Amino acid sequence: MNKNREQAATTLLIGTKKGAWRLTLGRDRQLRQLTGPLHLGAVVSHYVEDPRRPGYQLMAVGSGHLGPSVFVSTDAGKTWQESTQPPAFTPVGSIARAVDHVFWLTPGHASQPDVWYAGTSPQGLFRSDDGGMSWQEVVGLNHLAEFVDWRGGDKDGTPDGPKLHSVIVDSADARHLLIGMSSGGIFESHDEGGTWRPLNKGVATDFYPPKEDGSEYEYGHDPHCVVMHPVYSNRLYHQNHCGIYRMDRDKGDTWLRIGKNMPAEVGDIGFPMLVHPRDPDTIWVFPMDGSGQWPRTSPQGKPAVYRSHDGGMSWQRLDQGFPASQAWWTVKRQCMAVDSHDQTGVYLGTTNGQIWGSFDGGDSWQGLAMDLPQIYSVEVAERAE
Amino acid sequence: MDITVTLPSQLDDYTGAQRHLVLSLPVNTVTLAGVLDALESKFPGLRFRVVDEHQRIRRHIAMFVGETLVHDLTVPVPDGGRIQIVGALSGG
Repeated sequence: MNKNREQAATTLLIGTKKGAWRLTLGRDRQLRQLTGPLHLGAVVSHYVEDPRRPGYQLMAVGSGHLGPSVFVSTDAGKTWQESTQPPAFTPVGSIARAVDHVFWLTPGHASQPDVWYAGTSPQGLFRSDDGGMSWQEVVGLNHLAEFVDWRGGDKDGTPDGPKLHSVIVDSADARHLLIGMSSGGIFESHDEGGTWRPLNKGVATDFYPPKEDGSEYEYGHDPHCVVMHPVYSNRLYHQNHCGIYRMDRDKGDTWLRIGKNMPAEVGDIGFPMLVHPRDPDTIWVFPMDGSGQWPRTSPQGKPAVYRSHDGGMSWQRLDQGFPASQAWWTVKRQCMAVDSHDQTGVYLGTTNGQIWGSFDGGDSWQGLAMDLPQIYSVEVAERAE
Repeated sequence: MDITVTLPSQLDDYTGAQRHLVLSLPVNTVTLAGVLDALESKFPGLRFRVVDEHQRIRRHIAMFVGETLVHDLTVPVPDGGRIQIVGALSGG
């Protein structure tokens, strides 16, 4: 047992449609404090603490009215300073896109303590080399000639705008980056964003007509959430519009649809996906109904998390503590998080403003906050007490 | 020249909740863009929240010069003119 791990206190950083909150749990997992609102009324798409620098936090802030920005705190969210140069596009030929909102924030590699990445809507990738105070385009992607085809047109996105999400920095290689785009697919770079290539083999595209020659589409997919194991970085997972997938990079570059092992009546459609911080075979998803008009609510109104301990070859339904029926939850892609305790804490936030937590790896659940605005993101910040 | 500016509550974090002010500009002619530049100098960060990176007024922001709703920043503003920036929608 890792003593330091057991002593870590967990704070949930919660972004909502109407501001941000922090929910602090002691190391005994008892609710300590719900702090907020921060930026009341603002759309907070993502609120993230820097694991390289405890207490250093970034928040993606938008608004129903105002343009996008990023705020930085050096004191665990007590005070905030606005980015002096928020993410913004420069024209590419005759195309002059504008950032609608900053959707995703990712701290850079441990060896680059001032680097952050941001994904935007519409799709764009940005980098900061000064801890989030100023942002520059990753022109190797945003200005790439093929990027227009990769990201598709205005119809190729989510209802509130196409997004670049799941910005991943390989813990083993600062130059190795992955991104997901809804839509567009998954892409990776081995030169810190200079060049990119699609990584979508094996992924279904049920929303496209089959190619006459039987080949796969190279891009245009709709990954909802991509994760790389933080230690065993050859192990990738992703929850897609068309199923749940795993890839082992040391064995190839084709995705395996592990969602086919889910119960047929539940299906394998959803938004978020988690991998255990130490065990690359343990994963969690939150299935939602992708049939008919794509309601994206818990199948049959019975919410459940599904967990696998064998890399997705088999799944276990986890619903103890959740409402047994008539609970039509939607959980967005940034709205599940996991902590590093030996008795793993798993957390989720719903669009009806509820935060739920499990302190036994998902076996049982309890409501932690029930009356927040629509939850847009849940992240974990941990530090020794 | 003096320009009277009325600002919406959405910008309170930048303006310290100052909703009305008179800008005295050391020029003889000015456009709406020039007025926004002056506001940015006074309230850093404000401009990008209401105008995008290509100088387009953001979708849910409306700007009036006098009583006229304007759609770009090249509109001239007369001496003694009035500018009003409005949050254009209320959300559910």
